[in-house]
Amino acid sequence: MSDITNILIVGVGGQGTILASKVLAGVVQKKGYEVKIAEIHGMSQRGGSVFTQVRYGKNIASPTIPHGEADILLAFEKLEALRWLSYLKQNGIILVNDQRIDPMPVIMGAAEYPSDAMDVIKSKLQDVSVIDGVSEATKAGNIKTVNMVLLGSLSKVLGFEEEVWIEVMKETIPPKFLDVNIKAFQAGRN
Amino acid sequence: MKKLLTGNEAIARGAWEAGVVVCTAYPGTPSTQITEHAAEYDEMYAEWSPNEKVALEVGSGAAIAGGRAMVAMKHVGVNVAADPLFTLAYTGINGGLLLVAADDPGMHSSQNEQDSRHFGRAAKIPILEPADSQEAKDFTKLAFGLSESFDTPVMLRVTTRIAHAQTVVELADRQEVGLKKYEKNATKYVMIPAYARRRHVIVEARLDQLQEYSETASLNRIEWNDTKIGVITSGVTYQYVKETMKDASILKLGMTFPLPRKLIAEFAEQVDKLYVIEELEPFIEDYIKSWGIEVHGKDTFSVIGEILPETILERMGMPPAKNIDNSEVATALPTRPPVLCPGCPHRGLFYVLSKLKTTVAGDIGCYTLGSLAPLNAMDTTICMGASIGNAIGMEKARGKEFARNLVAVIGDSTFIHSGITGLIDVVYNKATTTTIILDNRTTGMTGHQENPTTGFTLKGEPIKELNLELLVKAVGVERVVVVDPFDLDKLEKVLKEEMAAEEPSVIITRRICALIDKVSDKTPFIVSQAACSGCMRCMKLACPCIIKEGKKVRINTAQCVGCGLCVTVCPSEAIKKEGGANV
Repeated sequence: MSDITNILIVGVGGQGTILASKVLAGVVQKKGYEVKIAEIHGMSQRGGSVFTQVRYGKNIASPTIPHGEADILLAFEKLEALRWLSYLKQNGIILVNDQRIDPMPVIMGAAEYPSDAMDVIKSKLQDVSVIDGVSEATKAGNIKTVNMVLLGSLSKVLGFEEEVWIEVMKETIPPKFLDVNIKAFQAGRN
Repeated sequence: MKKLLTGNEAIARGAWEAGVVVCTAYPGTPSTQITEHAAEYDEMYAEWSPNEKVALEVGSGAAIAGGRAMVAMKHVGVNVAADPLFTLAYTGINGGLLLVAADDPGMHSSQNEQDSRHFGRAAKIPILEPADSQEAKDFTKLAFGLSESFDTPVMLRVTTRIAHAQTVVELADRQEVGLKKYEKNATKYVMIPAYARRRHVIVEARLDQLQEYSETASLNRIEWNDTKIGVITSGVTYQYVKETMKDASILKLGMTFPLPRKLIAEFAEQVDKLYVIEELEPFIEDYIKSWGIEVHGKDTFSVIGEILPETILERMGMPPAKNIDNSEVATALPTRPPVLCPGCPHRGLFYVLSKLKTTVAGDIGCYTLGSLAPLNAMDTTICMGASIGNAIGMEKARGKEFARNLVAVIGDSTFIHSGITGLIDVVYNKATTTTIILDNRTTGMTGHQENPTTGFTLKGEPIKELNLELLVKAVGVERVVVVDPFDLDKLEKVLKEEMAAEEPSVIITRRICALIDKVSDKTPFIVSQAACSGCMRCMKLACPCIIKEGKKVRINTAQCVGCGLCVTVCPSEAIKKEGGANV
């Protein structure tokens, strides 16, 4: 990898991508990297397609990841994975949550969900990790912790010590929800 | 100490460090969090004003009284605040006054992509444009000094990618600057024609002085590199140029009005080919052209939408990154437009409006999503508060009969912002408009801010709630009905009655936003597959949790918040609470 690592996190509004990126940013900062993050708030959060771009390393100029330069795509949903695939560089890594959330045009029957999404992704990339975030989060005790399961999977790829991740989670997540989130993170990591 | 901050957090911090005492705003993406963060500092008074005009009037009152004040708004908010703004350039200030205008190139969450720099220039006030969070903080602090040295309001212009991007900021302590002496000075602050004529002369002289200042200000700097290509740029676009054009010489402008003419001419002379790379309007470029300097800008880049690093690669003829090609599938993928949330109180209203095929003059807020398929229940959305005036105009043009299936739809916060004046016009000019105020007890779209109807201030202090019923009655509306938008039968009946009445009427649909509702039973509903007849009536609600599966429907229990609206429309009694009986 070059001086900068680019991680693109995509999903559907309400899935918790922002909290995941917050923890990630805390970890890379603790490891002494420079970091820039770009995300969009507002209308798209109401169930729309959402993204967070995290860049860390040194001498980072743009807060957004230039198209085609993402090293890792962490996708919270299959259709969104497919939509954002072109942001990934050619030998990039993808981690996909095996979850389907139908957008309104599909719900209404005006468009068809690409049921072969995972096959298309696998045909284009060698390094594909498929994660059953919903099952793992449910097992951990709360279906809403899918974001931490996925973050756990990402943590394996990035290779920072588990303690650092847990430390940042403790600083970021309210005590009431901490245990279940840590459990979900560990499920994703192990 | 260093900290990762959004541009908005950095601006709030900058104001605090600069000794600001008053912060005001009306929420609007991407500016909202500036004032939310400002409210976290005890030393600063911070308020949600009813609208941007009031925000600027409060801010300028504070400044005239001798305190430093910051007023924040989104780009279209500057339209609302334009009236005081233009004259404040004449009066000048006492304590420093900063107006933060947050533009939204690409319209991530806006109804247009106007360029606030035109406003700064038209109002004749200096404009600063930071390129990251550190500069957002530094320029905010610098702006107060500039404001006081030149006796002028200053505009800090940011864009979505500055406001919502997080970069590292070096923090400093607050400098208490105290209050400046307040002295009555009518020739400066009372803008009757005789005094205003004198002040205009001062405004023009001040612009010359500011132009001189910009020539040597550290805000503007040249980064020499290869001189084959020189790029003049500002804001986040500077970062994109650095990212993609590593050999180019760059003139980075932190102050984009008035422009440093001599500095620009000197830079232009030393490079073989000169570009201006700026988002939206050719603001800098037009000046340079008017000075007879050859320059490329909007012949290469569009005035429409954002400029991103990949845009620069493409437009400057550089090779794109080697990416994963998904082009053969990408175009066919279903879009994912935003939707009304599960449990959203507005869903009930738009379901009925859609059913009655009512003409709906709409407004700005979460409920604008009622315009999308399959509800399709909105005919117009122009700006904050426009719905009521639009409905009056429709009736005046097409006659009273047209108003019999016509409503204006406006949220509680938007009604306070600028809907009241429209309602006064309904009564005053004898329109028969039915106005629906969607009272969800919050300012929803921007992320749940308090407003005069919620009973709390920005700082969380309880206050006496504004009473919408009494307010609209005081305006002269005699027909006022409050209805729960989930009581569909009553809502339909009330709607028909009020639209039929040939006099002004107001329907208040009152139900708390599902995202802040802490009281209701959130247990999800499930569909009994045996009982579901497949009539698909529930699909017309456009609830993202109801999914068609074969000839029947199913509920996504992970998302369902148990609002029960679908139960109301199901003729087969097929929908029950999860874990309940008879499933």
